[in-house]
Amino acid sequence: MAARIGVVTFPGSLDDRDALRAVRIAGAEPVSLWHADTDLQGVDAVVLPGGFSYGDYLRCGAIAAQARIMREVISAAHAGMPVLGICNGFQVLVESHLLPGGLIRNDHGSFVCRDQRLRVENASTAWTNGFAAGEEFVAPLKNGEGGYIASEETIRELEGEGRVVFRYVDVNPNGSMNDIAGITNARGNVVGLMPHPEHAVEPGFGPDLPSAMRSGVDGLRLFTSAIAALLSV
Amino acid sequence: MIVVEVMPKPELLDPAGKAVTGALARLGHTTFTGVRIGKRFELTVDGPVTDAVLDEVRGLAEDLLANTVIEDVVAIYAAGAEDDFDEFSGVTAGETH
Repeated sequence: MAARIGVVTFPGSLDDRDALRAVRIAGAEPVSLWHADTDLQGVDAVVLPGGFSYGDYLRCGAIAAQARIMREVISAAHAGMPVLGICNGFQVLVESHLLPGGLIRNDHGSFVCRDQRLRVENASTAWTNGFAAGEEFVAPLKNGEGGYIASEETIRELEGEGRVVFRYVDVNPNGSMNDIAGITNARGNVVGLMPHPEHAVEPGFGPDLPSAMRSGVDGLRLFTSAIAALLSV
Repeated sequence: MIVVEVMPKPELLDPAGKAVTGALARLGHTTFTGVRIGKRFELTVDGPVTDAVLDEVRGLAEDLLANTVIEDVVAIYAAGAEDDFDEFSGVTAGETH
Protein backbone atom coordinates (compact mmCIF):
# COMPACT_ATOMS: atom_id res chain seq x y z
CA MET A 1 0.00 0.00 0.00
CA ALA A 2 1.35 3.41 -0.94
CA ALA A 3 2.34 5.77 1.84
CA ARG A 4 -0.20 8.52 2.44
CA ILE A 5 1.28 12.00 2.81
CA GLY A 6 -0.95 14.88 3.87
CA VAL A 7 -0.54 18.51 2.84
CA VAL A 8 -2.20 21.14 5.05
CA THR A 9 -3.95 24.07 3.40
CA PHE A 10 -4.19 27.20 5.54
CA PRO A 11 -5.99 30.35 4.40
CA GLY A 12 -3.27 31.95 2.27
CA SER A 13 -1.30 28.80 1.46
CA LEU A 14 -0.02 28.97 -2.13
CA ASP A 15 2.10 25.91 -2.78
CA ASP A 16 -0.19 23.26 -1.35
CA ARG A 17 -1.15 22.00 -4.82
CA ASP A 18 2.50 21.81 -5.87
CA ALA A 19 3.30 19.86 -2.72
CA LEU A 20 0.43 17.43 -3.36
CA ARG A 21 1.72 16.99 -6.91
CA ALA A 22 5.27 16.36 -5.66
CA VAL A 23 3.92 13.70 -3.28
CA ARG A 24 2.11 11.99 -6.16
CA ILE A 25 5.14 12.11 -8.49
CA ALA A 26 7.28 10.65 -5.69
CA GLY A 27 4.93 7.66 -5.55
CA ALA A 28 2.86 8.32 -2.45
CA GLU A 29 -0.83 9.04 -2.15
CA PRO A 30 -1.41 12.77 -1.61
CA VAL A 31 -4.06 13.71 0.97
CA SER A 32 -5.44 17.25 1.28
CA LEU A 33 -5.77 18.39 4.88
CA TRP A 34 -7.63 21.53 5.95
CA HIS A 35 -6.46 23.88 8.71
CA ALA A 36 -9.71 23.47 10.66
CA ASP A 37 -9.64 19.65 10.52
CA THR A 38 -9.58 17.86 13.83
CA ASP A 39 -7.73 14.76 12.62
CA LEU A 40 -4.97 13.85 10.20
CA GLN A 41 -7.09 11.33 8.26
CA GLY A 42 -4.61 8.58 9.03
CA VAL A 43 -1.75 10.01 6.97
CA ASP A 44 1.79 8.71 7.49
CA ALA A 45 3.54 12.06 7.04
CA VAL A 46 2.62 15.74 6.78
CA VAL A 47 3.86 18.62 4.64
CA LEU A 48 3.22 22.23 5.68
CA PRO A 49 3.41 24.11 2.37
CA GLY A 50 4.65 27.52 1.31
CA GLY A 51 2.60 30.65 0.89
CA PHE A 52 1.44 33.52 3.05
CA SER A 53 -0.89 31.98 5.60
CA TYR A 54 -3.15 34.61 7.14
CA GLY A 55 -1.41 37.24 5.02
CA ASP A 56 1.70 36.94 7.20
CA TYR A 57 -0.23 38.99 9.79
CA LEU A 58 1.26 39.19 13.29
CA ARG A 59 4.36 37.24 12.18
CA CYS A 60 4.88 34.80 9.32
CA GLY A 61 3.33 31.48 10.36
CA ALA A 62 2.25 32.72 13.80
CA ILE A 63 -1.50 32.44 13.30
CA ALA A 64 -1.28 29.21 11.30
CA ALA A 65 0.69 27.73 14.22
CA GLN A 66 -2.49 28.16 16.29
CA ALA A 67 -4.73 26.42 13.71
CA ARG A 68 -6.80 23.51 14.99
CA ILE A 69 -5.01 20.91 12.89
CA MET A 70 -1.64 22.00 14.27
CA ARG A 71 -2.52 20.39 17.61
CA GLU A 72 -2.64 17.06 15.76
CA VAL A 73 0.48 17.82 13.71
CA ILE A 74 2.44 18.76 16.84
CA SER A 75 1.45 15.64 18.75
CA ALA A 76 2.13 13.42 15.71
CA ALA A 77 5.53 15.08 15.26
CA HIS A 78 6.38 14.39 18.90
CA ALA A 79 5.41 10.76 18.28
CA GLY A 80 7.87 10.56 15.37
CA MET A 81 5.76 11.22 12.27
CA PRO A 82 7.78 12.77 9.42
CA VAL A 83 6.82 16.45 9.08
CA LEU A 84 8.25 18.78 6.44
CA GLY A 85 7.78 22.55 6.52
CA ILE A 86 8.60 24.42 3.33
CA CYS A 87 9.09 28.21 3.41
CA ASN A 88 5.92 29.44 5.17
CA GLY A 89 5.64 25.88 6.50
CA PHE A 90 9.12 26.28 8.05
CA GLN A 91 7.90 29.51 9.64
CA VAL A 92 4.89 27.62 11.02
CA LEU A 93 7.24 24.98 12.48
CA VAL A 94 9.35 27.55 14.35
CA GLU A 95 6.23 29.38 15.55
CA SER A 96 4.92 26.00 16.77
CA HIS A 97 8.24 25.42 18.59
CA LEU A 98 8.71 22.13 16.75
CA LEU A 99 11.96 23.66 15.50
CA PRO A 100 14.14 26.23 17.28
CA GLY A 101 15.02 29.76 16.18
CA GLY A 102 13.10 32.21 14.06
CA LEU A 103 12.83 33.65 10.57
CA ILE A 104 13.06 37.38 10.04
CA ARG A 105 12.97 39.79 7.12
CA ASN A 106 15.80 39.29 4.63
CA ASP A 107 18.79 41.39 5.67
CA HIS A 108 18.82 43.28 2.35
CA GLY A 109 15.13 44.16 2.78
CA SER A 110 13.96 42.75 -0.55
CA PHE A 111 11.98 39.73 -1.62
CA VAL A 112 14.30 37.23 -3.27
CA CYS A 113 13.40 34.76 -6.01
CA ARG A 114 16.16 32.62 -7.47
CA ASP A 115 17.31 29.12 -8.26
CA GLN A 116 19.41 28.41 -5.18
CA ARG A 117 22.23 25.90 -4.76
CA LEU A 118 22.08 23.99 -1.48
CA ARG A 119 24.32 21.51 0.28
CA VAL A 120 22.78 18.59 2.14
CA GLU A 121 24.61 18.63 5.48
CA ASN A 122 22.61 15.89 7.16
CA ALA A 123 21.54 12.94 5.01
CA SER A 124 20.02 10.89 7.81
CA THR A 125 16.74 12.72 8.44
CA ALA A 126 13.36 11.35 7.39
CA TRP A 127 13.39 13.83 4.49
CA THR A 128 17.02 13.56 3.31
CA ASN A 129 17.99 9.89 3.54
CA GLY A 130 17.99 9.67 -0.28
CA PHE A 131 20.89 12.12 -0.53
CA ALA A 132 24.57 11.64 0.22
CA ALA A 133 25.98 13.91 2.94
CA GLY A 134 27.67 16.87 1.25
CA GLU A 135 25.70 16.45 -1.96
CA GLU A 136 24.56 19.68 -3.62
CA PHE A 137 21.38 20.42 -5.54
CA VAL A 138 19.37 23.36 -6.80
CA ALA A 139 15.87 24.37 -5.70
CA PRO A 140 13.81 27.51 -6.25
CA LEU A 141 13.88 29.98 -3.37
CA LYS A 142 11.34 32.76 -2.97
CA ASN A 143 10.90 34.63 0.28
CA GLY A 144 10.84 38.01 1.93
CA GLU A 145 11.33 36.81 5.48
CA GLY A 146 13.74 33.91 5.23
CA GLY A 147 16.60 35.07 7.41
CA TYR A 148 17.22 32.27 9.89
CA ILE A 149 18.25 33.48 13.33
CA ALA A 150 18.72 31.84 16.70
CA SER A 151 20.60 32.44 19.91
CA GLU A 152 24.32 31.62 19.93
CA GLU A 153 23.54 28.69 22.19
CA THR A 154 20.94 27.29 19.78
CA ILE A 155 23.25 27.74 16.78
CA ARG A 156 26.02 25.94 18.67
CA GLU A 157 23.60 23.12 19.52
CA LEU A 158 22.33 22.80 15.94
CA GLU A 159 25.85 22.77 14.50
CA GLY A 160 27.19 20.46 17.20
CA GLU A 161 24.42 17.91 16.78
CA GLY A 162 24.45 17.96 12.98
CA ARG A 163 20.96 19.42 12.89
CA VAL A 164 21.69 21.88 10.10
CA VAL A 165 20.18 19.89 7.23
CA PHE A 166 20.64 22.30 4.31
CA ARG A 167 23.11 25.14 3.83
CA TYR A 168 23.12 27.83 1.14
CA VAL A 169 26.04 27.48 -1.30
CA ASP A 170 27.64 30.33 -3.34
CA VAL A 171 25.14 32.96 -2.16
CA ASN A 172 23.47 33.57 1.18
CA PRO A 173 20.22 34.97 -0.20
CA ASN A 174 18.63 36.33 2.98
CA GLY A 175 21.22 36.85 5.68
CA SER A 176 20.59 33.54 7.46
CA MET A 177 23.05 32.83 10.27
CA ASN A 178 25.73 30.30 9.27
CA ASP A 179 24.14 30.14 5.78
CA ILE A 180 21.43 27.92 7.27
CA ALA A 181 18.71 26.99 4.77
CA GLY A 182 17.07 24.20 6.74
CA ILE A 183 17.21 22.43 10.10
CA THR A 184 15.80 19.38 11.86
CA ASN A 185 14.73 18.40 15.36
CA ALA A 186 16.83 16.08 17.52
CA ARG A 187 14.95 13.01 16.31
CA GLY A 188 15.32 13.89 12.61
CA ASN A 189 11.64 13.47 11.72
CA VAL A 190 10.77 17.19 11.56
CA VAL A 191 12.57 19.23 8.89
CA GLY A 192 12.02 22.83 7.85
CA LEU A 193 13.65 24.69 4.98
CA MET A 194 13.14 27.96 3.13
CA PRO A 195 13.83 26.72 -0.45
CA HIS A 196 11.10 24.87 -2.35
CA PRO A 197 11.88 21.23 -3.18
CA GLU A 198 8.29 20.74 -4.39
CA HIS A 199 9.08 23.08 -7.31
CA ALA A 200 11.95 20.84 -8.41
CA VAL A 201 10.26 17.52 -9.14
CA GLU A 202 9.47 17.36 -12.86
CA PRO A 203 11.58 18.06 -15.98
CA GLY A 204 10.44 21.21 -17.76
CA PHE A 205 9.12 22.81 -14.56
CA GLY A 206 12.12 22.79 -12.24
CA PRO A 207 14.98 25.22 -11.60
CA ASP A 208 17.55 25.98 -14.29
CA LEU A 209 20.65 23.82 -14.24
CA PRO A 210 23.87 24.46 -16.17
CA SER A 211 22.99 21.47 -18.38
CA ALA A 212 19.49 22.59 -19.33
CA MET A 213 16.82 25.11 -18.44
CA ARG A 214 14.13 24.10 -15.95
CA SER A 215 15.56 20.61 -15.65
CA GLY A 216 16.18 20.44 -11.88
CA VAL A 217 14.30 17.56 -10.25
CA ASP A 218 16.39 16.86 -7.15
CA GLY A 219 13.71 18.25 -4.83
CA LEU A 220 11.80 15.05 -5.47
CA ARG A 221 14.26 13.18 -3.30
CA LEU A 222 12.95 14.82 -0.13
CA PHE A 223 9.61 13.18 -0.82
CA THR A 224 11.06 9.80 -1.87
CA SER A 225 13.23 9.95 1.27
CA ALA A 226 10.12 10.26 3.42
CA ILE A 227 8.53 7.29 1.66
CA ALA A 228 11.70 5.26 2.28
CA ALA A 229 11.73 6.35 5.93
CA LEU A 230 8.12 5.21 6.34
CA LEU A 231 8.85 1.82 4.76
CA SER A 232 11.84 1.25 7.04
CA VAL A 233 9.84 1.75 10.23
CA MET B 1 -7.88 49.08 26.96
CA ILE B 2 -4.60 47.28 27.43
CA VAL B 3 -1.58 48.24 25.38
CA VAL B 4 1.17 45.77 24.57
CA GLU B 5 4.36 47.00 22.95
CA VAL B 6 6.71 44.64 21.19
CA MET B 7 10.11 45.40 19.67
CA PRO B 8 12.56 43.31 17.67
CA LYS B 9 15.41 42.19 19.90
CA PRO B 10 18.05 44.91 19.99
CA GLU B 11 20.86 42.61 18.90
CA LEU B 12 19.00 41.58 15.75
CA LEU B 13 19.05 43.48 12.50
CA ASP B 14 15.77 45.31 11.88
CA PRO B 15 15.73 45.68 8.08
CA ALA B 16 12.50 47.73 8.10
CA GLY B 17 13.98 50.20 10.58
CA LYS B 18 17.18 50.29 8.58
CA ALA B 19 15.21 51.19 5.43
CA VAL B 20 13.53 54.10 7.25
CA THR B 21 16.90 55.23 8.62
CA GLY B 22 18.16 55.35 5.03
CA ALA B 23 15.10 57.33 3.89
CA LEU B 24 15.60 59.89 6.67
CA ALA B 25 19.21 60.36 5.64
CA ARG B 26 18.20 60.83 2.02
CA LEU B 27 15.71 63.52 3.12
CA GLY B 28 18.49 65.37 4.88
CA HIS B 29 17.48 64.45 8.44
CA THR B 30 20.99 63.68 9.50
CA THR B 31 20.17 64.12 13.20
CA PHE B 32 18.83 60.57 13.42
CA THR B 33 21.34 57.78 13.48
CA GLY B 34 18.87 54.93 13.75
CA VAL B 35 15.23 53.85 13.64
CA ARG B 36 13.80 50.63 14.99
CA ILE B 37 10.25 49.55 14.24
CA GLY B 38 8.10 47.60 16.64
CA LYS B 39 4.44 46.83 17.18
CA ARG B 40 1.73 48.20 19.44
CA PHE B 41 -1.30 46.06 20.25
CA GLU B 42 -4.45 47.58 21.75
CA LEU B 43 -6.69 45.01 23.43
CA THR B 44 -10.16 46.17 24.40
CA VAL B 45 -12.39 44.60 27.02
CA ASP B 46 -15.91 45.17 28.28
CA GLY B 47 -15.59 46.48 31.81
CA PRO B 48 -12.57 47.37 33.90
CA VAL B 49 -9.03 46.20 33.32
CA THR B 50 -8.55 44.00 36.35
CA ASP B 51 -5.35 42.40 37.55
CA ALA B 52 -6.69 39.09 36.24
CA VAL B 53 -7.11 40.61 32.78
CA LEU B 54 -3.61 42.05 32.91
CA ASP B 55 -2.23 38.67 33.94
CA GLU B 56 -4.01 37.08 31.01
CA VAL B 57 -2.50 39.68 28.67
CA ARG B 58 0.97 39.10 30.10
CA GLY B 59 0.64 35.43 29.22
CA LEU B 60 -0.74 36.17 25.77
CA ALA B 61 1.99 38.69 25.08
CA GLU B 62 4.73 36.11 25.57
CA ASP B 63 2.85 33.24 23.92
CA LEU B 64 1.22 34.79 20.91
CA LEU B 65 1.61 38.54 20.45
CA ALA B 66 5.40 38.31 20.52
CA ASN B 67 7.79 35.57 19.49
CA THR B 68 10.36 35.86 22.24
CA VAL B 69 12.97 34.17 20.07
CA ILE B 70 13.12 37.29 17.91
CA GLU B 71 11.17 39.95 19.85
CA ASP B 72 10.87 41.45 23.33
CA VAL B 73 7.69 42.53 25.05
CA VAL B 74 8.80 45.98 26.21
CA ALA B 75 5.62 47.24 27.91
CA ILE B 76 2.17 46.15 29.01
CA TYR B 77 -0.14 48.76 30.51
CA ALA B 78 -3.75 49.76 30.89
CA ALA B 79 -4.71 52.91 29.04
CA GLY B 80 -8.12 54.54 29.19
CA ALA B 81 -10.08 55.82 26.24
CA GLU B 82 -10.70 59.56 26.64
CA ASP B 83 -14.14 59.11 28.30
CA ASP B 84 -12.98 56.89 31.08
CA PHE B 85 -9.46 58.15 31.27
CA ASP B 86 -9.90 59.12 34.92
CA GLU B 87 -10.63 55.60 35.85
CA PHE B 88 -7.21 54.49 34.75
CA SER B 89 -5.42 57.86 35.02
CA GLY B 90 -3.36 56.68 32.09
CA VAL B 91 -1.13 55.04 34.61
CA THR B 92 1.05 52.23 33.57
CA ALA B 93 -0.22 49.28 35.48
CA GLY B 94 2.20 46.51 34.97
CA GLU B 95 5.24 47.40 32.93
CA THR B 96 7.21 44.33 32.20
CA HIS B 97 10.91 43.96 31.55
